[in-house]
Amino acid sequence: MVLLFVCFCLFVCFSLLVLLELSLMLALLTKATQFFSSGHTNNWAVLVCTSRFWFNYRHVANVLSVYRSVKRLGIPDSHIVLMLADDMACNHRNPKPATVFSHKNMELNVYGDDVEVDYRGYEVTVENFLRVLTGRLPPSTPRSKRLLSDDRSNILIYLTGHGGNGFLKFQDSEEISNVELADAFEQMWQKRRYNELLFIIDTCQGASMYERFYSPNIMALASSQVGEDSLSHQPDLAIGVHLMDRYTFYLLEFLEDIHPASQANMNDLFKVCPKSQCVSTPGHRTDLFLRDPGSVLITDFFGSVRKVEITREAINLTNPTELSLRNELKSEALFYVDQLPVADIIHQKPKQKDWHPPDGFILGLWSLILLVFFKTYGIKHLKHIF
Amino acid sequence: MQNAFSSPQAADLGDLRQSDEAESNEDRKAFTPPPPNDQFQEEMVIRPLYSGDIYASFQFRTQWDTDFLHDGKKVSHYRLFPKSLGQVLSKFSVRELHISFTQGYWRTMQWGQPFIPSPPGAELWVWFHHTVTDVDGNWKELTNVLSGIFCASLNFIDSTNTVEPSASFKPLGLGNATDHRFLRYATLPREIVCTENLTPWKKLLPCGSKAGLAVLMKSEKLFHSSFHSQAVHIRPVCKDWQCTSTAWELRQTLNVVFDLYTSGQGKKEWSLFKMFSRTLTEACPLASSSKIYVDVTDNPGVNPLISTAVVLGDRRTYSVYDLTKKETFGQLRSLNLLLRWKGENDMLRPPLHAERYVSGFGLQKGEIHTCLYNSHPYRAYPVLLLDSLPWYLRLYVHTLTVTSKTRENKPSYIHYQPSKDRLRPHLLEMLVQLPPHSVTEVTVQFERALLKWTEYTPDPNHGFYIGSSVISALVPSIVAMDTNSTRDRPLFSSFFPTKEESSYFMRVYTEPLLVNLPTPDFSMPYNVICLTCTVVAVGYGSFYNLLTRTFQVDEPSAPLAKRLANIIRRLRGVPLL
Repeated sequence: MVLLFVCFCLFVCFSLLVLLELSLMLALLTKATQFFSSGHTNNWAVLVCTSRFWFNYRHVANVLSVYRSVKRLGIPDSHIVLMLADDMACNHRNPKPATVFSHKNMELNVYGDDVEVDYRGYEVTVENFLRVLTGRLPPSTPRSKRLLSDDRSNILIYLTGHGGNGFLKFQDSEEISNVELADAFEQMWQKRRYNELLFIIDTCQGASMYERFYSPNIMALASSQVGEDSLSHQPDLAIGVHLMDRYTFYLLEFLEDIHPASQANMNDLFKVCPKSQCVSTPGHRTDLFLRDPGSVLITDFFGSVRKVEITREAINLTNPTELSLRNELKSEALFYVDQLPVADIIHQKPKQKDWHPPDGFILGLWSLILLVFFKTYGIKHLKHIF
Repeated sequence: MQNAFSSPQAADLGDLRQSDEAESNEDRKAFTPPPPNDQFQEEMVIRPLYSGDIYASFQFRTQWDTDFLHDGKKVSHYRLFPKSLGQVLSKFSVRELHISFTQGYWRTMQWGQPFIPSPPGAELWVWFHHTVTDVDGNWKELTNVLSGIFCASLNFIDSTNTVEPSASFKPLGLGNATDHRFLRYATLPREIVCTENLTPWKKLLPCGSKAGLAVLMKSEKLFHSSFHSQAVHIRPVCKDWQCTSTAWELRQTLNVVFDLYTSGQGKKEWSLFKMFSRTLTEACPLASSSKIYVDVTDNPGVNPLISTAVVLGDRRTYSVYDLTKKETFGQLRSLNLLLRWKGENDMLRPPLHAERYVSGFGLQKGEIHTCLYNSHPYRAYPVLLLDSLPWYLRLYVHTLTVTSKTRENKPSYIHYQPSKDRLRPHLLEMLVQLPPHSVTEVTVQFERALLKWTEYTPDPNHGFYIGSSVISALVPSIVAMDTNSTRDRPLFSSFFPTKEESSYFMRVYTEPLLVNLPTPDFSMPYNVICLTCTVVAVGYGSFYNLLTRTFQVDEPSAPLAKRLANIIRRLRGVPLL
C-alpha cells in the first residue's frame, strides 16, 4: 500500500518535472523564434528638414532631436542620412553659436559635439531626396550620402517642414507631393530596398502625405490630420524664435525614456501627444503593415539592435608577409619650387592651345561665303579662274 | 547577419592540431613588426593681438615615409596617417592637396598676418601627378569624395567655378615639373563651417579629440569667435637633410581668433580655460613632440623657457611649454596658461594689405575695385593677383586699369581667360609691381547677366557671392630668413618654403563680394495664371454667352386670385383670363 503510494508520488513528481522542462523549452523556443522573427538585420534612418531661414529654427531642432535619439539608441552615423536645409547652429543670428536648443532656458543642446550632416543647404532638394530613397545617385556620390539599404533593412523616415494638403514644401522653392512620395516608396519596395518602413511627418496637414501609400510594410505617423495645423511649442526669448514643434517635443520626451533594451511597442508611440497637448490630432496608418503594431518594438526602427550568434569554429590566420624595403631609386637631390618666380612668369610662353576645327558662327560665315562664291562663278568656270 | 568569432588563444580549443600550433608559434616569434616610419607632432601658438583679441593656431603634422603614387604596391597598413585620406591620394594620383574651411574674414589691419592664410568659405586646390590623363574627371570625383569626408557641399565645385591658374599656386612641396595643366583651384565663398565639419576633421587626428592639444577643441567655444579656419594640407617633403627621397606630410591646422568683447568680457586677460573652457592634462601619447608657444615679443617679462623663431619675416620671442615633460603640468596635473598684457603701443603695419569692393548703382552695371597697399617705406616688390569671377558677371576687360599714385602701372604679365556662359568662369592673373609706400588700384567694369529662372538659388534676394582675390607676393623681410629647409624649426615657421634670405612668401586674400543680380519675382507665374484665368472666365465667358445663347421672354406668374379664377373657368369651359 505504502509502496504504491510512494510510486504514485514519484510518478507525479517525475511528470511535473517533465512538464516543467517542456514548458521551459517551449518558452525558450518562442523567445528564439521571436528573436529571429522580426526579419530585419540592419537599421537605417533618413531624417530631413526642408525649411530654410532663421525663423524656421524649430524644424532643424525637430530633426536634430530625432537624430539624437536615434544615435543614442544605437544607429551609427554611417547608417543615418541627415539632411538639413539651412544652418541654424552657426547662423550669425544665433546668440549661442554651435548650439541648437530644444527646450527653452537652453536646457538641452540637440546639436551636440559629434554631428555629421550629409546633405546641407542647397543640396536638400526634392530631386536629391528622391534619389537618396531610390538609390539612383551619380556614381561619384560618397558612401555617407547614400542609403545603402537592402531587403532586410528597417528604415525610419522623418520629414519636417511646412506642408499642406498633399504636399511638403522644400526650401520655399519647390514641393514634393504625396503621390511622388508614394511612388518613391513603391520603387523602393520593388527594388527590395526595405524590409519595413516607418514614416513620421511633422508638418501642417501631415496626414495627407500618407494617404496615397500603396506599398506593403509601411507604417505611417503624422502630427496632424487634413485641415489641421501642427503648432509649435514654445519660443525662447533669448534666441527669439520658436524652438520645437509640439508633436516632436512630446516625441522626444517619449524617446528619452527608451533605452536599447526597452520593450515599448508601437501602440505607445501612437499615444504620444494626444489632442490635449498637441492641439492637433496626430494620426497613424497601419493597414499596409503586416505585423500587429502591438508586437513591433520601438527599437525595431529607432534603435539598432544587433542579433549576434556566437560560433565555436576557429579560423586560421595566415602570417603577415615580410614587408620588402622600398628601393631607393632616386639619387639626385629634390628641391622646393620657387613660389613666385618673377623672371619665369614674365617670360612665360603662351600655352600651346590645341587646334579645334571652327564651329558655330565662323563655320556658318565661311560656308556662306563659299556658297555665294560658287553660285556666282559656277563650278565649270573655276578652271579659268585658278 | 552572423558574426563569427574566433577564439584568440589556440590552446583553448582542442580543434587545432599540435603541428599547426607549433608552426604558428614559431612564425609568431620570427615575425617582428618593422620600425614605424611615421611620426606625429602637435603644436599650438598663442599670440596676443594689439586689438585685445587673442589668436590661437593649432598645427598637427604627420610625416610618413611611404609612396602613395608607387604603381606596384598598394599601401594597406596605416598607423598615424588617416586611411581615408591615404586612399584618396592613391586613387586620384594627387601630388598635393590643400583644403580649408573658414568662417569669418581675417582683418589684416587689426590683427597682422596669419600663419596660414585662408579665404572665407571653402577653398580647394590640388596638384595632380603628371601621369594623370583625365585631370577634370579626377577633379570631379575628388571633390565628391572630399565632400563626403568633410561633410561639406564640395560637390558644388564644377567647371563653372574651377580655374587653372597659370602662375599662382605653385606647389608647396617637393617636385621639379610645374606644368599648370595639372593644377585645379576652386572656392565656395558661401560654404558654412560648423561642428559637422569639425567632427570629421578631429577624427583624422591620431589621438582624435581625446588626448593632447585636440582636447581643447570644443565647438561651442571655437565657433563663438571672430575668425575660425580649419585646413588640411598634404604635400611631399624631404625625408631627411639630404633630400634624396620624399616623405608625405599631412598638416592639419586650425586658426581661431577670440574677440575681446564677445568672449573676453572686455579684459585683456586670457587663459586657456577662458578661451576653450578646457585645460590640458596630457600630451598625445602618439606624438613625438607636443609644444605650446606663447608670443612674448611685445611684452617681455620674467618668462621661463624662452626660444626665438623667425616667422613672417620677423624674429619673435616665444615662451615654450613642452607637454611631453611631466613638470609642465605641475602639482594639479593640468596646464592652464594665463596671459595678461597692456598693449599700449601701435602695431607694426603689415607690409601688404588688400581690399576689394563693388561700386556703382543699379542692377545692370558695376565696377570692381581692388586696392593693394604697400606700406614698406622704400622697397617695391612684385605681387601676383589672381581673380576668378563667375560667368554671370560679364567683364569688360577693355576697362581694366591699374593705377598707382595716380599714374598708370602696366603689369608685366597678364593672363586672361574669358568665361563661357554656364561652362567656365573668368580668370585674370596679373603680375604688378607695387611702388613703395603706395596704393595700387585695379578696376574693371562689369555687367550683370540675367539667369534662367531655374538657376536661381532658393534665396536669390540674398545675393551671389564672388570668391576672394588671391594676392601672392614676395615681401621683403625685416630679418634674414633661413633657407635651410631641413633644420628643425617649429611648425608654424616652416609652412612656406623660403628660397631667398631677404624676402619671404606671403599670400593675402581679399574680402568676398556680394552682388545682387537682377532677380525676377518668382510669384509672377502664379499671378499670371490667376489673372489670365479670371480674364478668360469673366471676359471671354460673358462674350461667348452673349453670342451663343438665345433669349426668351418669360411670362411672370399670375397672382393667386387670377390663378384660382382660371381654374374655375377651365372647369366651366370658358376662355381663360
